[in-house]
Amino acid sequence: MTRTLDIKSLRLRLPDTARPVLDGVDLHIAAGETVALVGESGSGKTLTSRTVLRLLPKGAETEGEVDVAGENVLAMTPQQLHALRTGRVAMIFQDPRAAINPLRRVGDFLTEGVRLTGTLSEQDATRRAGELLEAVGLSGAVLRHYPGQMSGGMLQRVMIAAALMGDPVLLLADEPTTALDVTSQAEVVALIGELKERFGTGLLFVTHDLGLAAAISDRVYVMYAGRIVETGPAEALFADPRHPYTRALLDASPRLIEPGRRLAAIDGQPPDLRQELTGCPFAPRCRFATGLCTTQAPQPQAAPGAPGHLAACHHSDRLAEGAADA
Amino acid sequence: MSFARFAARRLLEMAATLLGASFVIFGAMYLAPGDPASFLLSGRSASPAALAAINQQYHLDDPFFVRYFRWLGQLLHGDFGRSIEYRTDVSKLLADRLPSTLLLVAMALVLVVAAGLALGWIGAVRGGAVDSTILVTTTVAVGTPSFVAAILLQGLFAVRLGWFPTSGTGQGFGDMVWHLTLPAIALALYLIGMLARVTRAAMLEQLGGEHVAVARSRGVPERQVIWRHVLRNALGTVLTTGGLIVSTLIICTVLVESAFSIGGIGQLLELATTTKDFPTVQAISLLIVGLFMTVNLIVDLLFPLVDPTVTLGARRSTA
Ligand SMILES: Nc1ncnc2c1ncn2[C@@H]1O[C@H](COP(=O)(O)OP(=O)(O)OP(=O)(O)O)[C@@H](O)[C@H]1O
Ligand SMILES: [Mg+2]
Repeated sequence: MTRTLDIKSLRLRLPDTARPVLDGVDLHIAAGETVALVGESGSGKTLTSRTVLRLLPKGAETEGEVDVAGENVLAMTPQQLHALRTGRVAMIFQDPRAAINPLRRVGDFLTEGVRLTGTLSEQDATRRAGELLEAVGLSGAVLRHYPGQMSGGMLQRVMIAAALMGDPVLLLADEPTTALDVTSQAEVVALIGELKERFGTGLLFVTHDLGLAAAISDRVYVMYAGRIVETGPAEALFADPRHPYTRALLDASPRLIEPGRRLAAIDGQPPDLRQELTGCPFAPRCRFATGLCTTQAPQPQAAPGAPGHLAACHHSDRLAEGAADA
Repeated sequence: MSFARFAARRLLEMAATLLGASFVIFGAMYLAPGDPASFLLSGRSASPAALAAINQQYHLDDPFFVRYFRWLGQLLHGDFGRSIEYRTDVSKLLADRLPSTLLLVAMALVLVVAAGLALGWIGAVRGGAVDSTILVTTTVAVGTPSFVAAILLQGLFAVRLGWFPTSGTGQGFGDMVWHLTLPAIALALYLIGMLARVTRAAMLEQLGGEHVAVARSRGVPERQVIWRHVLRNALGTVLTTGGLIVSTLIICTVLVESAFSIGGIGQLLELATTTKDFPTVQAISLLIVGLFMTVNLIVDLLFPLVDPTVTLGARRSTA
């Protein structure tokens, strides 16, 4: 079966930078699967998800492939790209208040994609918008509201309804809860999970919160400095991290199970884009780093007996021992 | 705010402003150097009796406040007094000259809006060399005073090529448009540059906005993205600038009408000022204040249409 999303060796270069901002990203999503993409700020999560819709910054150059249902997005004609954006792939953005034009009514926002492209008639579009608003727990009356009259949580629900308008096979959610208060966050996460099941779409959930990622996804990708450093099933990654960066992220994230434990911040800064990288990008911040790490870039290697659990680290095995000691 | 309350508040505000303006204008004339009576006599030495007669006709001997309130009372009855220079009613002078000035301002405004919006739009959307060319051109336009533009246009298109008349107002609508074309261009040039820059900046700001990326990500055709999300959202800034533009147009007619010898309000104001024709100067000054307030009112009325999130009267006036 073809994968809903298959990113192969994606390399993305921005103007005036010394190294690719995305460097050999491999990531795939099976039909109906939920995949989380995790990493700290600036690691390239947003660029990765935007590349799926070919929403690239000016002057960006790409290599590799981004296949959606078997078709390479990076090689699409404008017409094909247009069809992709109106139908198969939809994106939920981080800040709904910035993402929705404040001068147009919510109804206009919901229906404009399908209406302007002639996918649905005006009446059908409005009917569908009403149904989806109900599905996200809002009344049809908000169709006539302006965004300024609604709360952030309500607007993010509108955003989710809008994403479902074109019957997508893949939802891209880029930190959909970061701009919301805690209660709305939980509601929105639950809603996305529920709707994804109901409509049978694949989901790429971008977040910097490893706990949240593990809670909602089947598999997790951990990104550092534009590279996927570890990927695997959510539980395996949690129980047995094989990359020091994943390990450090886990140690740095609060967990309710062990409330008394001190959080360990990750020392140092992620590498600057104006700086060339040799070897492992995490080496300067890694307590396992050796001479090998600074000269040779590690390739992804499967964990013993777990072909789906890959880590790009020269010292994965030492890490496992270290964890056992601790 | 309800429309009735808005209207009532604005009418009161406008009345108060006009009253204040009338006092300032009258006071300025009173304090201005030079004596209308001696001007009327054109430097000839007059008998004390003749001087007294003139002073009496124009009530020049009365105290300031008596003269002010008499003038105000006449204004309220639509009587702007008699022109000293032209020896006719000022209201008739204004009525004769207003049409050419209004036509000139209207023609210039059409040029400013059409060219300013188009240039700003193209610059923002196209970028690159097209944008740089527009930036350079508008910089030159903004740096050219309208009387310099008037002289250049006159020299090239009227004198050298003979396509347009060098001066005069013309008779009848078509002839007037022909006579006023070069003056309107001279008047518009600076403001085209200004509006183009404002439009370009406002559109670029919107183009970089997240909601534009979102619209694109949803397959909204680029033309519609520009129309519905970029230009639409830039209109508020454009409208606010529009108020300023019309006010500037009105002021600059003085320079351009003089340069092209157009029998309009601007030229009349210049002549009346140099000849100390104070009833005429006062009437025109008040008329200009009234026009400014009207422009501002129109902008305020239009604003909620451009930005539905703003309620009537909530915008702070800027023009
Ligand atoms: N339009 C752009 N022009 C130039 N550089 C960009 C642009 N967008 C992103 N970048 C750079 O690319 C890098 C990755 O950015 P990206 O937005 O993908 O990070 P992220 O992982 O989503 O971070 P965050 O958690 O802060 O959202 C950053 O260093 C950023 O400065
Ligand atoms: Mg991001």
